[in-house]
Amino acid sequence: MTMPQPIKTLAFYALVAVIVLFSVFPFYYAIVTSFATGTALFEVSYWPKVFDLSNYNAVLGGRNFGRSILNSLFIASTTVICALFLAVTASYALARVHFRGRGLLMMTILAVSMFPQIAVLAGLFELIRFLGIFNTPWAMILSYTIFTLPFTVWVLTTFMRDLPVEIEEAAIVDGATPWIIITRVFLPLLWPALVTTGLLAFIGAWNEFLFALTFTSSETTRTVPVAIGLLSGASQQEIPWGPIMAASVIVTVPLVLLVLIFQRKIVAGLTAGGVKG
Amino acid sequence: MTFLPSRSGDLSLLQQRQRAAFWFLAPMLAALICVAAWPLLRTIWFSFTDTSLSDLYGGQWIGFDNYLSMRTLSSGRTVWRGTLVDPAWWNAVWNTLRFAFVSVTLETVLGLIVALVLNAEFRGRGLVRAAILIPWAIPTIVSAKIWAWMLNDQFGIINDMLLSVGLIDQKIAWTASVDTAMYAVLMVDIWKTTPFMALLILAGLQMVPRDIYEAARIDGIHPVKVFFRVTLPLIRPALMVAVIFRMLDSLRIFDLVYVLTPNSAATKTMSVISRENMVDFDKFAYGAAQSTLLFSIIAIFVLLYIWLGRVDLTGDSSR
Repeated sequence: MTMPQPIKTLAFYALVAVIVLFSVFPFYYAIVTSFATGTALFEVSYWPKVFDLSNYNAVLGGRNFGRSILNSLFIASTTVICALFLAVTASYALARVHFRGRGLLMMTILAVSMFPQIAVLAGLFELIRFLGIFNTPWAMILSYTIFTLPFTVWVLTTFMRDLPVEIEEAAIVDGATPWIIITRVFLPLLWPALVTTGLLAFIGAWNEFLFALTFTSSETTRTVPVAIGLLSGASQQEIPWGPIMAASVIVTVPLVLLVLIFQRKIVAGLTAGGVKG
Repeated sequence: MTFLPSRSGDLSLLQQRQRAAFWFLAPMLAALICVAAWPLLRTIWFSFTDTSLSDLYGGQWIGFDNYLSMRTLSSGRTVWRGTLVDPAWWNAVWNTLRFAFVSVTLETVLGLIVALVLNAEFRGRGLVRAAILIPWAIPTIVSAKIWAWMLNDQFGIINDMLLSVGLIDQKIAWTASVDTAMYAVLMVDIWKTTPFMALLILAGLQMVPRDIYEAARIDGIHPVKVFFRVTLPLIRPALMVAVIFRMLDSLRIFDLVYVLTPNSAATKTMSVISRENMVDFDKFAYGAAQSTLLFSIIAIFVLLYIWLGRVDLTGDSSR
């Protein structure tokens, strides 16, 4: 009010610039570093000066990193498919059918999504050993259910509650059973919601670290975050920063692209769920 | 007219639907019991035994000894043992609480600023929103590594920037030094999760009807006053939800600390120390006791939140 308009506009855009710079710079710097090798790596440079793919060759040439990517893809997609399958029917019941204890059930599901994962680590470890799936992808698929399932149920319930009642009533009048209602009536309407929740659950499973670190013991079964987290050089002092940055860029670019493409849907899903994906 | 379903027909339809609902819920409930309830109970049970990692079924019941036990030596001196008198545990509790409080406070303030910026109409708003989603999309482990490189003491760009601006006069070992390790963790966490906070707050801001601002402007009320008297009270529910979620999330932080500042006593959190005991130090039951304590702390937070907030989570207040 006291400041003249041009200065206010300038200050506003300066703030916008700071926000954008702060958000984007670390990733930009990782990309710049990933193309640098040798002495260029150890000279701080703000602009890309060299374009050397040898870090990428080193990462992808090592057999285990490609294996880790495949592991992560398999684990994350299987987890998402299982979670969505279980969640669609459950969220229909939670959103559309009145029964006693529904509120309590929703609370319990929300509470599970806030579980500290360390609290189930010991018990899950025993269960996984008991089932004989330690150090296999199934250990992760089983354990990731604990955070993907409550989240997908919660978000899908929110979406399903907003679908008009009339559609369902018309189907009931026509004699449709609940199963028919879900598969023939609701599922086609739910596609956008399924894509959103599936994507968020996928990102969650792709990024998980604690379970993947604890339930794998060999390099060939590691997921991407564990592989990057434990990537080390010959000695403690020789951290291979170039390959680490190349690996980081490889696993992050697809995610960033996905997020940018589905931007609007993701924001809607995040705020509907209010749960961290 | 006579074909309208009778009252009893209505009821049986309802019953039929309820029965179907039960079968629809059963697989999900079974899955959650299998991966959440049962492992949690087993963890709590382990915490009262002396089970070791290599022999999961050989544990003996030892009561509260992992938590606290008292022994009188022959000399008459009493010795307390257990995690409740373990300075390393209390250090971890203190680290976690400090981290949660500082990070959530700063993230809320910064998230509010970013949300207010995004709520204004300007050219390129979509681009800015896309940009702030990038930190959120980067896996935590990857962001920990990227920042570890940027914060590197010899070759890191942060030291280079600060040196050239003149804010520091010698290079700082951000992640290794006891004094700065916590700042490093906080920096990365704030960078990574402020977007999430901003988006949740933005959703709340967009619910505020625009004509309120219009009316305030016509009445000539200062924007700052409008913010504190009108906007803030209106977005309080959305803000509270965001703060609680972040709080619970930050209390269980593991991956960032584990990768960015490995083995640093200055940042070791409750999750890190209990996993360390469970897996690395072969004190499985002792670690289980610590994770049970962490679970209790978070459970108390959740109960307080539900009780104090009395939020309608099911979304149908009519019932």
